[in-house]
Amino acid sequence: MRYAEAGYNLEIDLATGNIEKVETDPKLMELHLGGLGTDVKIHYDRVPPETQAFDPENLLIFSAGLLCGTPTFSANRMLVSTISPQTGLLCYPMAGGFWASELKYAGYDKVIMRNKSPKLVYIYINNDKVEIRDAAHLKGKGALEVQDLIREELNEPDAQVSAIGLAGENRCFGASIEQSKSSASRGGAGAVMGDKNVKAIAVRGTKDIYLADGPEFMKQLKILADWIDHRNHNPLPNKNIMTIHTGVGSPQAMKIVDEKWHTQGFAWGNSRRRRKTFWNDELEKQWTEIQTKALRRFISCFNCPQQCGALITHEDTPRYMAKCFSKLSYMFAAEIDEQGFNWEILEPAFQYGFDSFSTPQVLAMGVELRKDGIFTDEDWEGCPTDIAGTFFWLLDKMARREGRVGDLLADGCYGACRRLGLPEGKYDHNNIKKHEQMCVKLGMMDPLYYLMYATNEKVSITQMEGNWPQEPFREMADREEFVKDWPHLPDDRFKKWFLDWEPRGEFANPFYPTKEISAELVDWMEMLHNIDDALGICCGMGSFCLKPAYHIHNYTKFINAATGLNLDEDGLRKAVNRSRNLHRALQNRRGLRRKDEVPPKDHWKHRFPEYEYELLSYYYNFKGWNMDAIPTRKRLEELDLGYVADDLERRGILKDDPDLVYVPNDNVSREEGSIYLQDGQSDFYIPDDHVSRKEG
Amino acid sequence: MAKIKNKIRTIKINADLCNGCRTCEVVCSAGHATPRFSSNNPARARIHVITHRLENIFLPVFAGENTPAQCLGREKYVIDGKEYSECSFCKASCSARGRFIEPDSGLPLRCDMCEGEEQPLCVEWCLNKVLTLEEREEEVEEEVKLGEMEFGLQSLVEKHGLEKLVDTIARMSQKR
Repeated sequence: MRYAEAGYNLEIDLATGNIEKVETDPKLMELHLGGLGTDVKIHYDRVPPETQAFDPENLLIFSAGLLCGTPTFSANRMLVSTISPQTGLLCYPMAGGFWASELKYAGYDKVIMRNKSPKLVYIYINNDKVEIRDAAHLKGKGALEVQDLIREELNEPDAQVSAIGLAGENRCFGASIEQSKSSASRGGAGAVMGDKNVKAIAVRGTKDIYLADGPEFMKQLKILADWIDHRNHNPLPNKNIMTIHTGVGSPQAMKIVDEKWHTQGFAWGNSRRRRKTFWNDELEKQWTEIQTKALRRFISCFNCPQQCGALITHEDTPRYMAKCFSKLSYMFAAEIDEQGFNWEILEPAFQYGFDSFSTPQVLAMGVELRKDGIFTDEDWEGCPTDIAGTFFWLLDKMARREGRVGDLLADGCYGACRRLGLPEGKYDHNNIKKHEQMCVKLGMMDPLYYLMYATNEKVSITQMEGNWPQEPFREMADREEFVKDWPHLPDDRFKKWFLDWEPRGEFANPFYPTKEISAELVDWMEMLHNIDDALGICCGMGSFCLKPAYHIHNYTKFINAATGLNLDEDGLRKAVNRSRNLHRALQNRRGLRRKDEVPPKDHWKHRFPEYEYELLSYYYNFKGWNMDAIPTRKRLEELDLGYVADDLERRGILKDDPDLVYVPNDNVSREEGSIYLQDGQSDFYIPDDHVSRKEG
Repeated sequence: MAKIKNKIRTIKINADLCNGCRTCEVVCSAGHATPRFSSNNPARARIHVITHRLENIFLPVFAGENTPAQCLGREKYVIDGKEYSECSFCKASCSARGRFIEPDSGLPLRCDMCEGEEQPLCVEWCLNKVLTLEEREEEVEEEVKLGEMEFGLQSLVEKHGLEKLVDTIARMSQKR
């Protein structure tokens, strides 16, 4: 009997319609846990590095984490992995909702799709019965509405459906996959699903998921429930951290109405300018009224006591569900102060199935290109004159790939600019690895964020940060209070580092945390995300949260009681490091090198080129990677990945080159310098009001 | 017959607080697994959260008596602007909709209020306090409980009639 996992994957060849139920090797759970871990292994073994996103050989894997379907609170993540059309690397957008656990109850851990269907279809999984069904009548339907249409058609009200909208069907690079209130957004997996001609996957399952030691598991779950209850009744003080981070769960953007921090801290338009005096009492009153009216009910994902999403009923806008930062992203990009605009545009955006982080930025860049005359009168014909109308018009054009504007923007900021022959970074300036980033522009370089932005495989900062406060606390008394009740830390050194961290002076950014401390902190936070992504736990309850429910000292209790494994903390670290390094090797095989690990040039105003170089070099060495961001043979062998070292060497990727060995440079220059002039990009501009949060 | 006091358990359902997470289904099915907590499967749960998210319908329903056949079920209720079918509120395990029916055996499921426990598992694990346990005392006539043989005889009486049963027993005793 298999515990926690179903023990079977569904293999679907979309070209031939062949469907197979394949038993998985139990050893893989020991080596890679599940979810992202086992996905990476499948991609590494089966997808040749020359395969591109829209090639038939590209696999599209829908995965349930190892603990999805068990009673583990918030273990509901559906993880979609595929080669991204945007970055050319392996992407793994995730969504909460109800789909992953239903897949487990149907008896499967993953759905692995290869090749392309000759016509638009949807897949219906009902326990052992799996069908590929015609979806011609669903073409063009919204990603939300189609979920209900399929349930009705199947006469199966309890089926859970993941679906794409028009954006996915038309292979827009920012296409998401929607499931209930949740979206698997980053990287454009929705475009791959559309390319494979799969409109949706509906699942109904009525089988058991087994626990190795049920009573012990429930005992641990009770301790966890008490902690969640405690945190829900005792939010952290918001003196030093923003209010949406005071609780557990995804940031409570739907519940909190005070948006001073976002509106003044983040950048507006095409991530160009800060509005440091934006927020005032009148706005707070207006926005509170609009938000309170728009939110009909707070809602959750499967088996999660938190309420991070909401049912939105804003005026005449058709109903939809929203979560997190999507509440603000379109109004930031459009530079519209009226919150109602955001609630209105989110509805078509979710129905088209667009990523709420990338898409607003692409639209804002479109407006900039129009202002600079790159989009012509002819391109712009039919566009309303007001900015709100322009955004609705552009969104629609993009979803349909209509006209030059729609077709270009559908390829995202990077893709559109390259097709237009524009210099890299002039308009598509807020990218890492060709992918749009959160609209944040700050003053002083932050070593933790530098490393996170540069190196994380998700290419999305929220998937790396979380357990460490974003900024130091001003007063020592507050720091002392904060570290008192912080059992999540790996050891007491972390407490000292936090106590020492100052907003100004020697123990402040950019040189504190030191490179040594930064490496430990970033590696720890990344590991937590990788654990969550393997187990299928929402990062809002683990890795993306201050003082969360799950942490390095309790994950193993759930894993062991659920699976029958006997992992200790070191064993868990080794398992996720194994998958993490396999992931890195996979990206290296696809061409990723140090030159690609570059945060946006204008992300911080104050840059320290030589120190940043040393910081990253130190971190690579800490990770066991060489100076070109590739895991060394020694590191790979420590993680039982000798076969990967052989493969990388055979391909000429991993070389025994003394120039790639880290040589510490403790006398590195700490001089501030310009990143721009170094690259000769003098036309790259920083707006006048682009100033530091800390200066302000 | 003497009067005695019985404790009656009721679960109060505040559907307005429900966020549709279905933890109640998970813990119910885990608690009723054999051995206890060895597995879980919401399809075996004795509670089901009926959800139509876009219509703002989140309705926990407990499994009640089994019904041998589908009812007419023609009524629709509109409450606070939301439309419910009669089926929505029905507790019956019913072949017409496949709810509260054990997926393997096809036998009906029925909520037992987790008798013997301090409180039902669904109540205990609902952190949003959608489900609360209420207990009240009711004075009832003391029931004379039937023994095992009386149960058997009772069903024979129902099937054949008391007279026939008495005649049969009399005849059988003469033969001995």
